[in-house]
Amino acid sequence: MEYLWVFLIGGLVCMLGEILIITTKITSARILVTFVLIGVILQAFNLFQPISEFAKAGINVPIIGFGASLAKGAMNAVESSGLLGAFVGGLEATAGGIAAAVIFAFIFSLISRSKTK
Amino acid sequence: MQTIEFKSKPKIIGSYSIVGPKEGKGPFGSFFDYVMKSDGFGEKTYEMAERKMFEQAVTGAIQNAGLHSGDIDLLLAGDLLNQIISSSFTARAYEFPYLGVFSACSTMAESLATGAILINAGHFHNVACATGSHFSTAERQFRFPLELGNQRVPTSQWTATAAGACVLSLEGEGPVVSMATFGKVIDYGITDVNNMGAAMAPSAADTIYTHLNETGRKPSDYDLILTGDLGKLGAEILIDLLEGRGVKLGPNYSDCGHCYYSRKQDTMCGASGCGVSASVLNSYIIKKLKAKKFKRILFVPTGALMSTTATQQGESIPGISHAIVLEAGGD
Amino acid sequence: MKNEKINEAYNSYVEARIPKTKAWPSLFNSFWVGGLICLIGQGINDLIIYIFPSMSQQSAWAWTLIILIFLASLLTGLGVYDKIGKFAGGGSIVPITGFSNSIASPAIEYKHEGIIYGTCVKMFSIAGPVIVTGIVASIVVGIIYFIIGLF
Repeated sequence: MEYLWVFLIGGLVCMLGEILIITTKITSARILVTFVLIGVILQAFNLFQPISEFAKAGINVPIIGFGASLAKGAMNAVESSGLLGAFVGGLEATAGGIAAAVIFAFIFSLISRSKTK
Repeated sequence: MQTIEFKSKPKIIGSYSIVGPKEGKGPFGSFFDYVMKSDGFGEKTYEMAERKMFEQAVTGAIQNAGLHSGDIDLLLAGDLLNQIISSSFTARAYEFPYLGVFSACSTMAESLATGAILINAGHFHNVACATGSHFSTAERQFRFPLELGNQRVPTSQWTATAAGACVLSLEGEGPVVSMATFGKVIDYGITDVNNMGAAMAPSAADTIYTHLNETGRKPSDYDLILTGDLGKLGAEILIDLLEGRGVKLGPNYSDCGHCYYSRKQDTMCGASGCGVSASVLNSYIIKKLKAKKFKRILFVPTGALMSTTATQQGESIPGISHAIVLEAGGD
Repeated sequence: MKNEKINEAYNSYVEARIPKTKAWPSLFNSFWVGGLICLIGQGINDLIIYIFPSMSQQSAWAWTLIILIFLASLLTGLGVYDKIGKFAGGGSIVPITGFSNSIASPAIEYKHEGIIYGTCVKMFSIAGPVIVTGIVASIVVGIIYFIIGLF
């Protein structure tokens, strides 16, 4: 049952992206930016946590989760270390994801090349 | 007047076309001189593959003309990459002079027209004309990395991996370049880089209209009117635009880009790139002219003069089209 | 002025001529592929917790994302991810795997211009805006949160 909700909500979020692509012709960089900002806004109004408890990976795997982590990290760090937290918190919370994307991209750039399409 | 007539009748005495594997599977596949097994062509980068393809086209055209590289007086060539590197780097392999030309995908017509002028004026005897394009180099320069997972929109076209070259000469046997109409740069404010057909159609319409007007000819005076890479949508728009100016294109009108790939090949509106019109001209068209299946054709490659910088700054995409009249000759 | 009128008329004419494709197949594909990627993420997460029961939810989730990102980079390197993307559109762009693909694909594409000026510089040519806007927005949120906290 839990997995069904993950699938349904994750699918709906992604479909929302596809609707944006079809209706506005925007490219992937803008799609990603839009969804990250949606995540930041959801978290800023404390709406992300309730959705996340219910939808789990369905909302966390989409890049919305990345935006929410950024904002959540900043907010938590403000509580623990004041204004400085606004600057260090966001990246601290998402460092793993960014670092992983960078290192794997780097490794695969060394061992593979663009294929004939 | 935008139209000039070549009294000395420069002839295409040799031609060569080379295409990638995908293009080889298209409807024109059997007409091409050479189909590459892989579009990497055994080179380290796709840019190097494009250059190698280009070089093979030029050398092949000279050989098919029964000449040696020492007989060539000039190479006129251009391509889509920044600073037309494929043409320029090809030229360094030869001992003859080189002039770079650029009018995007209309380059084949520009080089042929310029070559015909130079021969007509008596300055040169044998001029080689060439152009080409490569899917993988164009894609990374104009659009996205190849491995990025995005979708192609319905109006998009597939840049062909293809090159074509020919040798124009005062003497010898072959189809005659009898006229050329140079086109104006026309911009109707299309900004969508995925809709090149719509950006280029107005310039094609203007060039064809001007050509017919200045020569007093009708579309039916040609066995074939062939545009370059307008694609399905662009070709439809061209028919509409010309009809609006009182010119009705009949069944003798066709577009290389529209029929370059088979429908199964999933290329949306068809093919684009310098190589499309160049490879069709230097294979199918020249062969049909030689066999006298066509007596007289109007060849109008179309170019979209776009740059990524200008597009990002919100500029619209200007189009250009030059027209060439080819005749079977020999009476 | 006159020119602009022609352009406007032409643009709306072109807009009307653009072939209409059926949206339903691509919406359906983006739905089930996107849902499946999220499902795989949940599966990996639950598996990690099953194998390492003592691991905190937060660490398990971080590992899940790293594994998903690895898989997407691998598929990009193998030349498969763009085929999934062509089929699923938003379904494979919106998940974190799409972010990974948008970093790995330019890194691979521009390797021939060298490790520094190719791979490293171009790596963020698509994902850069995502990181920049995300960081800027989170700092703004953090500062506002700080100011609200003062009262």
